[in-house]
Amino acid sequence: MSGLLDLLIPAILAGVSVYGMARGVDVYDSLLQGAARGLKILLGILPALVTLLTVVAMLRASGAMEVLSAALAPVMDRLGVPPETVPLMLVRPISGSAALGVGSDLIASFGPDSPVGRTAAVMLGSTETTFYTIAVYFGAAGIKKTRYAIPAALCADLAGFFFAALTVRLFFG
Amino acid sequence: MAMTAIWTGMTTLSLLCALVLGRGSALAPAALEGAAAAVELALGMAGALCLWMGVMEVMARAGLAEKLAKLLSPLLSRLFPDFRQDRGVMDAIAANVSANLLGLGNAATPLGLEAARRMSKKTPGVAGDSLCMLVVCNTASIQLLPTTVAAVRLSAGCRTPFDILPAVWVTSLCSVTVGVLAAKGFARLWRTRP
Repeated sequence: MSGLLDLLIPAILAGVSVYGMARGVDVYDSLLQGAARGLKILLGILPALVTLLTVVAMLRASGAMEVLSAALAPVMDRLGVPPETVPLMLVRPISGSAALGVGSDLIASFGPDSPVGRTAAVMLGSTETTFYTIAVYFGAAGIKKTRYAIPAALCADLAGFFFAALTVRLFFG
Repeated sequence: MAMTAIWTGMTTLSLLCALVLGRGSALAPAALEGAAAAVELALGMAGALCLWMGVMEVMARAGLAEKLAKLLSPLLSRLFPDFRQDRGVMDAIAANVSANLLGLGNAATPLGLEAARRMSKKTPGVAGDSLCMLVVCNTASIQLLPTTVAAVRLSAGCRTPFDILPAVWVTSLCSVTVGVLAAKGFARLWRTRP
């Protein structure tokens, strides 16, 4: 499994380039343009990263994080979700950059290959900024009555958090 | 506004907690270190993020998104039965979902909004079942390559940042399935109880 994944990235790099060339795409120019957009995204999220990592560091130093985690630990334990990821679950549906800040703090301080770090990474990779998305879509379509869209979307988020912890335990023991 | 409340609440909470637990002196250095860590993180993930955004751009220009859209159309016409006959809506949804799969968030949103606008013409002001389904599909991330997270892991010193891929795929699939089932279930409830 891991041997296959080792080759996945180089294979994607080469395969996409060959496919693009065969279709007459200016591959190198596309790479440069995409990379430039990546920089723009990075600049866009940097201010939020600064504020969020600041406040998360404060919460951790003050001991508030431990209090919060300890309070929720029994419930989380029963669900098999690491209680350290609670702050991430709380901000995930509200702000994408906040979630990235909280999540990358978890990944850096617990280690990217720790169960907490992996769970945080999977949570980040498999959920979306639910409330932002709902606001954008219903705003654009002029919707006043959202009916069951919010509860249904939150069901998907909750399932995502639970399965993130479950799959990390299954795949990485 | 939500973030104002969260920021203010969290800073106040950490100040109070530090006072109660007697950790006041640790707070100031932690705040400054946190801010510095954000810049380190951004620099650490910059290279990987830029590279993958480039690869995504090649995929988009090579027409891979359209290929995916064709593959997906049988599934999509089942998820959005009200608009099965409406080519404009179905094409927009297919393009939206395949852009999401490729992680092209910037391209996915305008396509999804186009589909949402067309759907809302049928029921102005009210989110119909298909529009709710479209929103649920877009709030549940279905990315094949979560490049930003991989970049974060890489900058934290991970040697195999993509080893979480199988876990991410299974998790995404499960959460989308739960979202779709919840939407279908709620749709039934809402109909019997107008």
